[in-house]
Formats: sequence, C-alpha cells, structure tokens
Amino acid sequence: MSIKGKAYIMGAYEHPLRDAPDTSTPQLHMESALGALADAGLTKDDVDGYFCAGDAPGFGGMSMIDYMGLKNVRHMDSTETGGSSYIVHVGHAAQAIAEGKCQVALITLAGRPRHGGNRPGARMAPSAAPGLTDGPPEAGFENIYGGSTHNTYGMCAMRHMYEYGTTSEQLAWIKVAASHHAQWNEHAFLRDVVTVEQVVNSRMISDPLHLLDCCVVTDGGGALIVTSPEIAATLNRPKVKILGAGEAPKSPLGGQGLDLTYSGAVWSGPRAFEEAGVKPADIKYASIYDSFTITVLMQIEDLGFCEKGQGGRFVADGNLISGVGKLPFNTDGGGLCNNHPTNRGGITKVIEAVRQLRGEAHPKVQVKNCDLAIAHGTGGSLGTRHGSATVVMEREA
Amino acid sequence: MSETQERPATLSRPLPSPAVSIETKPFWDAAADGRFLIKRCKSCGQAHWYPRTYCPFCASGDTVWEESPGEGVVYTYSVMHRSPTGPYAIGYVTLNEGPAVLTNFVDVTADELKIGMKVKVKFQPTEGGGPPAPVFAPA
Repeated sequence: MSIKGKAYIMGAYEHPLRDAPDTSTPQLHMESALGALADAGLTKDDVDGYFCAGDAPGFGGMSMIDYMGLKNVRHMDSTETGGSSYIVHVGHAAQAIAEGKCQVALITLAGRPRHGGNRPGARMAPSAAPGLTDGPPEAGFENIYGGSTHNTYGMCAMRHMYEYGTTSEQLAWIKVAASHHAQWNEHAFLRDVVTVEQVVNSRMISDPLHLLDCCVVTDGGGALIVTSPEIAATLNRPKVKILGAGEAPKSPLGGQGLDLTYSGAVWSGPRAFEEAGVKPADIKYASIYDSFTITVLMQIEDLGFCEKGQGGRFVADGNLISGVGKLPFNTDGGGLCNNHPTNRGGITKVIEAVRQLRGEAHPKVQVKNCDLAIAHGTGGSLGTRHGSATVVMEREA
Repeated sequence: MSETQERPATLSRPLPSPAVSIETKPFWDAAADGRFLIKRCKSCGQAHWYPRTYCPFCASGDTVWEESPGEGVVYTYSVMHRSPTGPYAIGYVTLNEGPAVLTNFVDVTADELKIGMKVKVKFQPTEGGGPPAPVFAPA
C-alpha cells in the first residue's frame, strides 16, 4: 500500500517568536496548533489525530492532548527521532489517514532552549551515579567523552574533508546561501547577509565547524495539519499533496565498517522518491535540515542531488540561492539563520516547503512554478545514531 | 626556557564516572585492572563495540569477552574549543580487531592529532569513584 495522494498538508504555521521569555512551552504548542488550524480553516474539535515528539511536555501526547482540549482524538503517535520527528510524523499521518484511522492530523513542536528548556548542544548527559545503572546501552561507553552536537557533527565534517577534499570555504557557502534568504524574512533570528570569509573567520567551535557553521538557538514552535482528500476538498487553501515518505535509522551497529561520511538519507530519500514516482532532478525546491553546514552537504549528496563526495562543489558559488542556483534550499533562512525551535528543525522544513508549493514564500525567494518539493531531516547525531526522514510533496493544480 | 615548556598543551578532559550496567560490569572490572576487553561472537566470529550480550551482527547469544591490546588508528576526531576545562578531542578509533570505538584522545596536541594516526588505549581515572575509562594516546 502506498500513501501517494492519500493525504494533504492543509495547514502550516511557524510561531513568530524566536525568544520567548514570557510564554510557556505548552502555550507555544497551543499557539502553534491554533495558527495551523486557522491557516487550514479548521478548529481544534476537527482534530482526530495528534502527533508529537519529545519536546511535548508530559506523558507522550497525553499531557498536550489534555492541555489543548483535543477531545476527539482517535489516533496518537509520539515517534521520537529528534529534530526530524515532525517529518516522520507527516509520513505517519498520511499512513494513518490512508488507513482511515483519522482525517485531521495535528502535528506540533515547541520549546524554549533560550530559557532553560532543551538546552543547546544537547550534551550527552554523563552518569555520576554510583553502582549499577540500567540506562541506554551505549551510555557507559559514549556519554563520558564530552560528546555534543557540535563535536559529533564536527567528526563527520572532518572525515568528509579527509575522504573527499571538502573545504571550509565550500561548507561556508551553505551558510551564505541561507543568509541571502534570511534577509527577506522579517522573523528570522539572523538577517544579515554573510560572506564566505566571515564564516571561515568566525570563532572555531569544534574542528572544523566555526560559529557560523552552526544553526541558531531559538525558542518557538510550529504546527502542521494533514488531512484526508475529502476534508482537503472542503477547505479554501492551496492543496499540498503528499506523494511519498521515507524514514531510516543509522547508527554504528556494532562498529564494524563505521562510515560517517553519509547519513540515513541514503535510505529514506530513495524510499520517498520511489513512492512519489519522481527523481531528485525533478525537485524544484528543497528544505534540507541544517543543524550545521555539514548536515546539509552530506544530505544533498545522500539524497542524490549530486554524486557522493561532490557536495562541496555542488553547494559552492551560490548554487543553493533561490533565483541564482540550481537547487534553491531553505528559503526562509533555515536553521542556520531563521529558526531552529527547541533545537529541532524538522517542522520548519515542512512549513517552508508548504509556503513554496502554495506560492506564499517571500517574493524575493519564491521559486517560479514550484510544483514539486522535498523536506528532509536528520534527528539525533550524524556522528552516533540518528533518524532520517524524507517527504516529497506536490502542489495540486 | 626549555623546548618542552613551549610545546602546546596536550589535549585532556576530566572524565565523569561511567554508567555501569549488569551487562557491562565485566568490562569495567577489567578496566580497573588495566585490561581492555571487547566482545567477540563465537558464532559468526566478529568482534563488536560497544559490548553486548547478543551479537549485533548475527543475534547469537554466544559472545565472549576478549582481551584486546587496544591498538588501532584514528578514524576521525574533532577538537572541541567550547569547553570550561580547555580544548579536548572526541573521535573514533578503528581497532585492529575491526570495531570503531568512540573515545577521547590524550597525550597529543591539537596540531599533532591526525586521521590515520596509530593510537593505543590507556586508562584514565574518572571522577566520583567510578572505574577508570579507556582513552587513546599516540602509539
């Protein structure tokens, strides 16, 4: 069974806050949900499927379902793959809708890393407890070494440079492209256009990743509404059809043949493209998870937009800038410049793809005739274990 | 001033006490004696890391602890500069037995550390009364 054409993204909302000292995390979930429902032209009582991940406070989805007053839920999914969870959720929502388990699926994300929640760096927590513990199986052998997102992604960049000759200047072009897009986004956390020189001369965080190779740390949230074709037909919004979805875990798997130069996109991408019946070359716009510049480069290769190892050349010279290059990406400014709410960028990837397919992106970055788009994400760490998710979407004429 | 004093500081980092489970206690007991153990599957013959009771390759429960010289090469690394205790290096070592091991590199400067460098395990005391933990230094 395929999900192709069985569900539509009919509501999308990105919370405008990037710094939320006075708004609680549950409130950010609710405001994001209300925004997406209003965008779709639906109300909370229409929601019969609820999807959330680890950022949702409380017990799975139960606490948020209660807080938001979602009284008609008959399908629940709290799949957790870190920042890519919400891209997984889009695929799962389409599955649930295709099987008749729900008709209006709500997906929410929110959090406040600038104010104490889900702190930046996602440092692997050490265990100082004496005696025996029963935590994650890798804990004793990994968590003591000071791993964080910065240095575990740094390890991937280091190996990619070693094997393929990728340079810091090439990685910098990814940030440069994102900054060109962010200048037009009034809500973007960073709106200044930056140069390759500014990126490579910014402070070294963890070799070879500089400060400007890293995404922003923002509070905020977002939400999506996925509906059945029958519901979509009743709504007065452009229809974004879900064509295909793929997901994949990647991990050291016992440590033999470890290869950190590729991500789970090598599996999730082809699964999504095959279901959609399209090729990477057909894609007009790509939302690509950008926790770090290296994340984008590896995923672009793994999704098949260029040959493995050629990502550095592919992203250079503005090739990701809308209106300039071959693969316009992250036209909202992405996680590198616009927003990375609660250190999880998956939902904003889908939201900007929806804007592009509706023709509602900023005019300065709107891709002409944008009828086919991809949203792809990686959650967890490329350097240890992560979940990749890919969704292919089409504007229905 | 002697040359040794001008040498850049070697990378280091205090280690917290590791989480020890009933499944991994033999590893940490051996570590306390300065012995580095890995797990090998008697069914498929492959060594794996981190140690498990069941082989991640063939799912056999017939795995045994094996003492390893702890020798290998640096697969990759990253020197973390945002650290209150000074720069430190995290990375993977590919053991001669095959598996890759996440670790910290010590007794080496940031400039000296390279992919492909031959390294060998040593044990570093951990804070809070835990067992010593494996780190890797130039061989």
